[in-house]
Amino acid sequence: MRYRSMFDIIGPAMIGPSSSHTAGANRIGQLARQIYGKTPSQIGITFYGSFAETYQGHGTDRAVIAGLLGMKTDDERIRNALEIAREQNIQFSFHRGSLEGIHPNSVRIELGDAGESLNAVGISLGGGRIELIELNDYNIRLSGDYPTLVLEHVDQVGVIRDLARLLAEHGINISHMEVDRKQRAGQAIAVIEMDQMIDEELLRQIEETKPIFMVKQLEVV
Amino acid sequence: MFSNLHQLIGLANDRQVPISEIMIEREIHETGKPRSEIFDTMRSYLKIMGESVARGQTTKSLSPSGLTGGDAKRLADYYESRRTLLGKPGNVAISMALAVSETNASMGRIIATPTAGSAGILPGVLFSLKQRFGWDDEKLLYGVFTASAIGFVIANNASISGAGGGCQAEVGSATAMAAGAAVELAGGTPDEVGHAVGLALKNVLGLVCDPIAGLVEIPCIVRNGVHAVMALAAADMALAGIKSIIPPDEVVHTLNSIGNSMPKEWKETALGGLAATPTGQKIKAQLKKDPYSDKGGERET
Repeated sequence: MRYRSMFDIIGPAMIGPSSSHTAGANRIGQLARQIYGKTPSQIGITFYGSFAETYQGHGTDRAVIAGLLGMKTDDERIRNALEIAREQNIQFSFHRGSLEGIHPNSVRIELGDAGESLNAVGISLGGGRIELIELNDYNIRLSGDYPTLVLEHVDQVGVIRDLARLLAEHGINISHMEVDRKQRAGQAIAVIEMDQMIDEELLRQIEETKPIFMVKQLEVV
Repeated sequence: MFSNLHQLIGLANDRQVPISEIMIEREIHETGKPRSEIFDTMRSYLKIMGESVARGQTTKSLSPSGLTGGDAKRLADYYESRRTLLGKPGNVAISMALAVSETNASMGRIIATPTAGSAGILPGVLFSLKQRFGWDDEKLLYGVFTASAIGFVIANNASISGAGGGCQAEVGSATAMAAGAAVELAGGTPDEVGHAVGLALKNVLGLVCDPIAGLVEIPCIVRNGVHAVMALAAADMALAGIKSIIPPDEVVHTLNSIGNSMPKEWKETALGGLAATPTGQKIKAQLKKDPYSDKGGERET
């Protein structure tokens, strides 16, 4: 079944006007911020499809920026997010893009800073449900509905096994998992959706597991 | 546990409990969350619903586009000062539904029930009944649980999104949810809840999603108002013993098949229906020429 919880039907608590164009866009922004790990100083947003057509009327621009600033779907400051970003000297720009075959409600988020960057594509599926489908050239699927681990590692035998074992030893159930790699034996990504958050100690143990070189834990958005 | 209304109603009948209770138990089973946490979350949502009703009924704020706003208050002034054709209770429901929808359009805080575009109908019905009968919020909570059960079935067997199935899926599911909730709160049986759903949904079949300029304002706001009354009408008919001769699950499936066969022009693309009228096109062109929102260095890519 596509809808599992009563709160998929009632909710989210959100700032209007559109669960797909406002709340969904905000959640995509929140996920990108968590992966980036801090407030970005430079933001480039490209809207596609229906997002590109109506983003001003739906406050999609404000909603995404608000998410990148860490505001949740029901934060009344979403209305003023552009002004708030400007006050914090954050540079942002909006673009309309056209791409064949992309979901009708899509947004590309490019975050930049000295030495760090993030490039993600999110799609808004309706009712506030979303997916990040692309992250730094990896193809992924990340819903924001569950606590999630995002890990970069070297593509080799046993990494996923070691990781799954470590989680199992700590009683952590994996509800969904995706892996993608840039090339064989090259860099790879794992996106692991779990039933609960893991503690700092376990997070540290995962960080120390070779050859994992980056791990982020994302909260439900 | 259940995937259609027949199973849902059967479970309620077998257990001699209301539909709300079946949905609460399903949620506990599915999520592993304790009953108290589920109630606390829903209580906080109901509070926001109440606030969005109050905000829209007392203020006349325009939406950012400048297209809509003030109609909830306009209707309240009307029913307070004159004898109305529909009578005050129906008008209160309309005004409250408009209030939430206007709050939504003006970037205020709402609860999507099931979506933001249809967020006025359930609170419009529930809070108008609360005002009329003096019910407390704890009682209304059970109405929201029942509504969520109905929406859950429609979402999983058809659609609750305008882009997915037209406005029949969005405003239609909200109407069915509100009708069923009203029946249970008014003391109706699970079977009567089912008939209310069938009666309400039958009357939205084929409704297209055709927002002007793609914004959730015109015709969405007034549809919320009118359909709050339709929900109450369907609830009253079911409580009177009128049956949905086509079983409610078959109506849900019909909604799905109609939605699937609808051309894309009628599914939230702003290409057809009212959006395609000369006036709809004119409004769209004006919005593009004069964007009220901050441009922030926009360029085409």
